[in-house]
Amino acid sequence: MTIKQISVFLENKSGRLNHVTKVLADAGINLDAFCIAETTDFGLLRLIVSDVDKAVEVLRKADVAVILTDVVCMECGNTPGSLAAILAALAERGIFIEYMYAFSQAETTAKVIIRPNDLKACTQVLSELELA
Amino acid sequence: MSRDEMTALQGERLHKTVETVYHNVPFYRHRMQELDLTPDDIRTVEDIVKLPFTTKQDLRDNYPTGLQSAAQSEIVRYHASSGTTGNPTVVGYTRRDLEIWKEVAARCLTAYGVTKDDVFSVGYGYGLFTGGLGVHYGVEYIGASAVPTSTGNTEKHLRLLRDLKVTGIACTPSYALYLAEAMDKYGMTRDDICLKVGAFGAEPWTENMRKEIEGRLGLQAYNIYGLSEIMGPGVSYECECKHGSHISEDHFYPEIIDPDTLQPLGAGKTGELVFTTLTKTGMPLLRYRTKDLTSLIDGECECGRTNVRMTRILGRSDDMLIIRGINVFPSQVESVILDMPEFEPVYMLVVDRVNNLDTLQVQVEVRKDFFCDEVGMMLQLRKRLADKLKSILSISADVKLMEPNSIPRSEGKSVRIHDKRKLY
Repeated sequence: MTIKQISVFLENKSGRLNHVTKVLADAGINLDAFCIAETTDFGLLRLIVSDVDKAVEVLRKADVAVILTDVVCMECGNTPGSLAAILAALAERGIFIEYMYAFSQAETTAKVIIRPNDLKACTQVLSELELA
Repeated sequence: MSRDEMTALQGERLHKTVETVYHNVPFYRHRMQELDLTPDDIRTVEDIVKLPFTTKQDLRDNYPTGLQSAAQSEIVRYHASSGTTGNPTVVGYTRRDLEIWKEVAARCLTAYGVTKDDVFSVGYGYGLFTGGLGVHYGVEYIGASAVPTSTGNTEKHLRLLRDLKVTGIACTPSYALYLAEAMDKYGMTRDDICLKVGAFGAEPWTENMRKEIEGRLGLQAYNIYGLSEIMGPGVSYECECKHGSHISEDHFYPEIIDPDTLQPLGAGKTGELVFTTLTKTGMPLLRYRTKDLTSLIDGECECGRTNVRMTRILGRSDDMLIIRGINVFPSQVESVILDMPEFEPVYMLVVDRVNNLDTLQVQVEVRKDFFCDEVGMMLQLRKRLADKLKSILSISADVKLMEPNSIPRSEGKSVRIHDKRKLY
């Protein structure tokens, strides 16, 4: 399914990530998943949170640069080859992945967040595979 | 020439200049009419205080040739200096202007001890900038051999200094230090070159830099001052005493004013330098405000010259920065940033000198709700800003993307420049 991911712009400076997590913590917002893309002088923090609207509100209030991005969230078996099979199906249909990250939820399943170049086509493929 | 003779000559030339612009430049005629002045009211140099000032803004407002006095057919060359938010300043020279320019540039070189026996490398940029061509024609005029190295190719420059046994050089002081440093890289030492004199200008420099340049390149380093609006390099020059730069005041009449009250200040007082051209025919200027802060030294110099001297430039009365010899106005950066909705309309310029080369960092804040989630796109955005800055400033700037509200805001006139170089 398609969900909202929060993207945060961070300067490469100590304390910046801490600032963001503290703002969210103070608002009682839980982080379900996150990843950081970094360059030499800035980073992009990508977050999946429990309450998107509230998170955006408190972060903007705290002068944090935030935008929302649509991403695909799917469940995949926590077994060797499961992800490979999905990626093969996406590649076959010419879907390009801008970035992705994953976290295992339990012993049996993992959640995968994908930012594809074509959101619609991606969900289509995944639903055919009964994954999204 | 005695002081009295000089003053008489200046008065005569001033009257003639005023008469010329009054009849040929509507801008000056209107300004003078507003002040109820006619050319007959200006007879001696003391009368100069009655005249209106000219600013860089006036030049821009009358872009490109509104202040030109000579007919188009009399103009034989144009130079242009970097524009700020819009128009560059264009200066047209008549054949006579170029003759005078050549002569005043030759005066500088002669004061430095350059003769026809010297081989002289001109390391200022050739082109619209007056530095390269200005010095070049002075070098040729005294019969020395000009090497138009221009800027940019350090390796070739060093090779020519060595192989042509170059004895004189003109460039920005920071480039001189850069050359000294680069010698190591190309396996050269001070003994490989035989430079005797250097003419350095187009950017502020200090006594410490002089010592360092002299030590590392084994030459005598002299200041050369000029500005394109008035002529170009050659307006003033140091002599062997290195105590102030002699102004060619038979061509350029200097005044020092208080930049706030615009009242003239006496000798020795620090204020804004103002020039009136006395012999120029292409684009004569009355009381042009240079924005450079300095003071004048009266009296005969130990070298025997009697023309007035100006001290080292102590700063600017506006916010212009001189970076690698190029004039940079914060407003230029501002105009680029305001044009890009991806950024907050706030910025900070950090200027520094690293390995003797000026650096410019432009810090901008990404908009809270207007950035992109992809690293590649963000890097592209940064590059887009850097490219735009480069095209408008003519020098490259390092762009640093910042978080919203991380650049301090201040009330009233905000401080948008952090100049870490200690030049003044």
